[in-house]
Amino acid sequence: MARGFDVRRQPGFVTLATICFLALYLPIILLVIYSFNAGSSIATWEGLSWRWYVSAWQNQQVQEATVRSLILATSASVIATACAVLAALATTRKGRFRGYSAVFAMINQPLMVPEIVTAVALLIFFAVIKVQTGYTGLGYLIIAHTAFCIPFAYMPIRARLQGMDLGLEQAAMDLYATPWRVFRYVTLPQLWPGVLSGAMLAFVISLDDVVITEFIKSAGQETLPTYLLGQFRRNITPEINAISTALLAISVVIVLAFYFLSRNRK
Amino acid sequence: MIEIDRVRKEFGDGTDTFIALDDVSVTIRENEFFTLLGPSGCGKTTLLRVIAGFVDPTAGRVTLDGQDLLGLPPFRRPVNTVFQSYALFPHMTVAENIGFGLQMLNRPKAEVKQTVDEMLALVKMTQMAGRRTSEISGGQQQRVALARALAPRPKLLLLDEPLSALDYKLRKEMQLELKRLQAETGITFIFVTHDQEEALTMSDRIAVMNGGQIRQIGGPREIYDRPTDRFVADFIGETNFLAVEVLDFADEQARLRLPSGAEIAAHAPAEGIPRGAATLAIRPEHTSLCDPEGAALKGKLSDIVYFGTDTHYHVALDGDTRFVLREQNQPGGHEARAVGDTVGVRLAPGTGQVLRD
Ligand SMILES: Nc1ncnc2c1ncn2[C@@H]1O[C@H](COP(=O)(O)OP(=O)(O)OP(=O)(O)O)[C@@H](O)[C@H]1O
Ligand SMILES: [Mg+2]
Repeated sequence: MARGFDVRRQPGFVTLATICFLALYLPIILLVIYSFNAGSSIATWEGLSWRWYVSAWQNQQVQEATVRSLILATSASVIATACAVLAALATTRKGRFRGYSAVFAMINQPLMVPEIVTAVALLIFFAVIKVQTGYTGLGYLIIAHTAFCIPFAYMPIRARLQGMDLGLEQAAMDLYATPWRVFRYVTLPQLWPGVLSGAMLAFVISLDDVVITEFIKSAGQETLPTYLLGQFRRNITPEINAISTALLAISVVIVLAFYFLSRNRK
Repeated sequence: MIEIDRVRKEFGDGTDTFIALDDVSVTIRENEFFTLLGPSGCGKTTLLRVIAGFVDPTAGRVTLDGQDLLGLPPFRRPVNTVFQSYALFPHMTVAENIGFGLQMLNRPKAEVKQTVDEMLALVKMTQMAGRRTSEISGGQQQRVALARALAPRPKLLLLDEPLSALDYKLRKEMQLELKRLQAETGITFIFVTHDQEEALTMSDRIAVMNGGQIRQIGGPREIYDRPTDRFVADFIGETNFLAVEVLDFADEQARLRLPSGAEIAAHAPAEGIPRGAATLAIRPEHTSLCDPEGAALKGKLSDIVYFGTDTHYHVALDGDTRFVLREQNQPGGHEARAVGDTVGVRLAPGTGQVLRD
């Protein structure tokens, strides 16, 4: 019997796969290792130490950037997820309506328009508002992050909604649940895994953003990624590695948390 | 009492409409076990959905005890449904599912709990109260769906082929249980099935539907013995159809001439039947074999099929019509008939129903 095409049996597969994995993970592994370097070089190893974590922890700029990043990512992901739930309900529960594709494309605009274009556009747009109102707070960043987080939150929620049995909502309505209570007691509980994964994805995306943030932040509004970027223009120490590792850890924890959450719900 | 008055439902837009319900009218009495029976696609589910409020009819009226239902959204209609797919809430326990309707009606917690306990007992699911709905069997899910729909004590319960997913034995059991529940609760049931045996054994009255129309409404006996048209006679049970000529009609009896030339009397619809060509429907078990000499119908035995309780004889009548008749088997009684024998068919007086062509 001829076996189907098996990519794992092709010559060079193992080599290629190894190279890919090395390219993906080796830099990250090195980054993590050197965050524990006792010396102040990011290239020569001088022994094991916590000192850069301590230094980062005590660095006031890092503290401020971390708090700002977390506030920003939390606000943006919460608002984006709420918007995404509404958008997903509107695009899956009302049947196909005229202009459906247009609405779909508009929701997903941030995935298609180059980020730098959005950044420049927002920069100009917000500059006008800043002049008019004098407001220079975190609001601009929250709005911008919310906007580009929406499609990431929208996708898993929509997928979940589409997979949901419409009959359940009808059954609830048949049992005297008003439309709001149908949503509250039947749709939302079923939607949770989608909402959670959407929110976590949005959170990680926001936490990670450089381009848009760099363009529209007001003076002194560093987030962790823009702070790191700023550091490269000065002296580079393993403190950067330590901060990056911490960021990495947060992302990994969130992704793992989501993985286990969604698995337990099955 | 639920009155359905000339309800019509057309799907699709102006150019391409499909008539799912074609001016359906029926009145269903208090505490009746009423069955909608018909082939797939005849509009049974659509009619239930109109009553429940998930489909807006194109025209017509639906009233429940004089109250107009069509103006009300589904959650304001005192009507509950047992869905074909059960549609149990997977994120709730069995007890929570059953209590959902009462909870949505804002009944006090104590009352909800008490009713849920009663319902659990009624459908014999008390032991399973805390289980998730994914952790119980198909038959148990069906009972939970039933309990969930009964718990708020609706005036009317709609059941859309609730037994179709069950195996034969469980199905028989649930049929009895449904009848018992209906008797105990006094709720009016509208039951949908495409299984004629189920319809005949369970219903007070049956509406036979086809192509969006109700073809006949009547008790099981009436539907079976006195079908008013060929579709009903054919859809329910086995029937032989003979082309006949109506000679005379009086008092629900018609005098007919069979193709063989013999004249017989048969039951005809009360509203009468015009003279001329018509169809005579005869149930296989209402006839028996006899001597060909002087028999109204005769022909050659073409097949003998043994069925345990009875034997089916296939007779090729003169003129090539196939006629099936059934005789109950007697202990030890084995008739010496063989394929190829010429036999007569005895029609007991009053056998058969004349149908308009
Ligand atoms: N939303 C709809 N749009 C268009 N046609 C529909 C719609 N719903 C039902 N129909 C059509 O109406 C007809 C009746 O459907 P219905 O579901 O009432 O049949 P049914 O008698 O319940 O059949 P079954 O025994 O298979 O469940 C079918 O031909 C179906 O294709
Ligand atoms: Mg149906």
